[in-house]
Amino acid sequence: MTVGPTPYHSSLRTGHDGLMQLLHAEWTKFRTVRGWVIGTVSAGLVLVLVGLLASAGFHTGCPPEGCVTPPVGPDGEWVTDIFYFAYQPLDGDGSITVRVTSLTGLITYPPDHPNDIVPGVVPWAKAGVIIKESTRQGSPYAAVMVTGSHGVRMQYNYTHDTAGRSGGVSAASPRWLRLTRSSAVLTSYESADGSNWTRVGSAYLGGLPRTVLVGLFVASPWYIVSSPGLAGGTSSRLTQATANFDHVSLQGVAPGGGWTGHAIGVESGGPVLAQGGLMESEGSFTLSGTGDIAPAEGGGRRVEDTLRGTFAALIVVIVVATMFITAEYRRGMIRTTLTASPRRGRVLAAKAIVIGAVTFMAGLVGAAVAIPLGEWILRADGNQILTVTSLTELRVVVGTAALLAVTAVLALAVGTVFRRSAAAVTALIVAMVLPYVLAVAAPLPEGVSEWLLRVTPAAAFAIQQSLPQYPQVITGNTPLYYYPMAPWAGFAVLCVYTAVALALAAYMIRRRDA
Amino acid sequence: MEATIEVTELSKRFGQTMALDQLSFNVTPGHVTGFVGPNGAGKSTTMRVILGLDAADAGQALVGGRPYRSLRHPFNHVGALLDASALQPSRTGRNHLLWLAHSQGLTAARVDEVIGLVGLETAARRKAGGYSLGMRQRLGIAAALLGDPPVLMFDEPINGLDPEGIVWMRGFLRALAAEGRAVLVSSHLMSELQDTADHLIVIGRGRLIADVGVADLLAAAADGRVTLRTSARSEAMTALARAGATVATTDRDTLTVSGLAAERVVAVLGENTVPFSEVAPHRATLEEAYMELTRDAVEFHAAVGQAEAQ
Repeated sequence: MTVGPTPYHSSLRTGHDGLMQLLHAEWTKFRTVRGWVIGTVSAGLVLVLVGLLASAGFHTGCPPEGCVTPPVGPDGEWVTDIFYFAYQPLDGDGSITVRVTSLTGLITYPPDHPNDIVPGVVPWAKAGVIIKESTRQGSPYAAVMVTGSHGVRMQYNYTHDTAGRSGGVSAASPRWLRLTRSSAVLTSYESADGSNWTRVGSAYLGGLPRTVLVGLFVASPWYIVSSPGLAGGTSSRLTQATANFDHVSLQGVAPGGGWTGHAIGVESGGPVLAQGGLMESEGSFTLSGTGDIAPAEGGGRRVEDTLRGTFAALIVVIVVATMFITAEYRRGMIRTTLTASPRRGRVLAAKAIVIGAVTFMAGLVGAAVAIPLGEWILRADGNQILTVTSLTELRVVVGTAALLAVTAVLALAVGTVFRRSAAAVTALIVAMVLPYVLAVAAPLPEGVSEWLLRVTPAAAFAIQQSLPQYPQVITGNTPLYYYPMAPWAGFAVLCVYTAVALALAAYMIRRRDA
Repeated sequence: MEATIEVTELSKRFGQTMALDQLSFNVTPGHVTGFVGPNGAGKSTTMRVILGLDAADAGQALVGGRPYRSLRHPFNHVGALLDASALQPSRTGRNHLLWLAHSQGLTAARVDEVIGLVGLETAARRKAGGYSLGMRQRLGIAAALLGDPPVLMFDEPINGLDPEGIVWMRGFLRALAAEGRAVLVSSHLMSELQDTADHLIVIGRGRLIADVGVADLLAAAADGRVTLRTSARSEAMTALARAGATVATTDRDTLTVSGLAAERVVAVLGENTVPFSEVAPHRATLEEAYMELTRDAVEFHAAVGQAEAQ
């Protein structure tokens, strides 16, 4: 037997293998192609610049005496706090119990009777008992009430709403309401007969002072008529509600104290109907009032109005993220990549993490710059901005970055499946950008727009919505002022699409000959 | 032995075409092994299967005893250059090597080492899109050497190089083998492997035609023939034929004689007073040996015909 040459042995030492090395390699790949880096940075820039252009397009005039800022609720949001209030001071713990025997109302000049004031109760007309910090608009409160057509409710601090017994109120079917205060905890009860009580809910109002106001209230929001179609719009009509209360009993209140009646938030000299009033006769009270105690329904610009550039940034992100894989297929470099890392699923994972992370950073910086700059431009143009909590603002910023990042991963997956830039980019724009633009800007029927923003990846734009849609407020806003899905639910739709696309891409990259 | 490629009964079909048909061979360390066959014979497919890029329908390919896909730092086991043009044109050559190095847990220092090995220092920081084919080949070889592997595979590394590049490449391949590495080099032109390969694996239509040492092959092809240079061609042919030899005309004054040893040829020519200027044992070229080898491979001829027809 012949002795062969000595086989070669390398003295080269390498580190551990693993995902970190692949991430390092993919990051090096990304940062060494100037076009991809510029593309990603410009996605952030586009987000800012298009956002600024859009912000500059909003003009709102203010009266000469200056813009009126709506009251701000305890959670920092704008609120409506207009109602008729009959109250007494409450020192420490106590409670109020009443029986409501009727809720009626008036609607002024509805479209079908343009010259008349007609009887009618709007769905969210409210009458009941309330404990409120003070008469200051926006101060904390909790209340239990009967409504026009939503039964008994407990509501507190403007945004919270709990349903109680349904059904209307009349002399034949009265409602007993009770609200108790035990330091900062306010608990509400209701009863049909005054003896069998059911708890509706309770609220914790931190920081409530010892002395508060307790009493009866009535409010009646605008009657809002939306006419469908392109030429349509909304119109609002002043309304008034009137409620009868009896069996009023107070605990914790100084005996013999009198009632003070006050139309909170109503300017004197306005329409007579809006002034409301209080009549007391032999222990029976009749209150009339206008207004609402609820989150403000609009009138200002929202945080997300500064992020109108997102869809444009999304197009840039889709192109760059697709190229991140299709460029390899086009040049045959995918073979080099898969020779270097035969574990193909990991290659895909590393690419997804790298493109997702860099896009996230670009989106984060872009959104964090676009929002304050956009708000500054909006304010300079006389717009008011609907304030939200910093947590919500953070969610909008991080959510915008996440929207872009997850879309980049989706684009990478689709690019892996198609292996061609043109096909992948087209598919993604049709699936994601087009539905958004159509739903927001095109004259589609409301149902179609809603459907587009539910079933396509464009549902994820909901993550930018800063103001929740409160069911207890009927707004006159355009149908897509609110996205049809909750922020994280809409985002989850995109994540599901991305997960499915990634799974398909992983399956194909493993099975296919490279 | 560790540093080997073992290909066993490899078969792969692309639609109606049998790309690989029960192909088996081994590549041993310390040699340059030529992997020869016409375009479309299955050389690149074989290399892709060895590298785990394509899946075979049957059979297996092992590198150092293991399937490529099971290797953790594959560049420490095998270095390969399949397609020198598979580059992102806007990335510099050095950065191309850098991401490859990072994928193997290697550092930038190693990148600069291999750049030095292939003599690409001046071009390394330029965009790869502007590289000549020779520079791309050098870059590809640098990439293959990153992990300092005992096995190297190059697909058509000489194709398209200028004469200077060919000389460099041949020397480089031989030097790598001299270090004890197994070097597999494919080519569709036998002549490219002249003076480079020690061993040949010849395939056609996905089948093994020969697995033979170059020295043995050349000896067999020469087959005891004698080259005769003479100004009196017809007299020489007559005399030698009478003496029992088979004579073929090679060109105007050269004959190839078989069936007679060189001394007998000299004797016969002397007896018949035929003038001649040279009598020497025939030295076969690889190209000739290749033709000899494939003469009987009817299918292979058909394949060549098809390839030419395309």
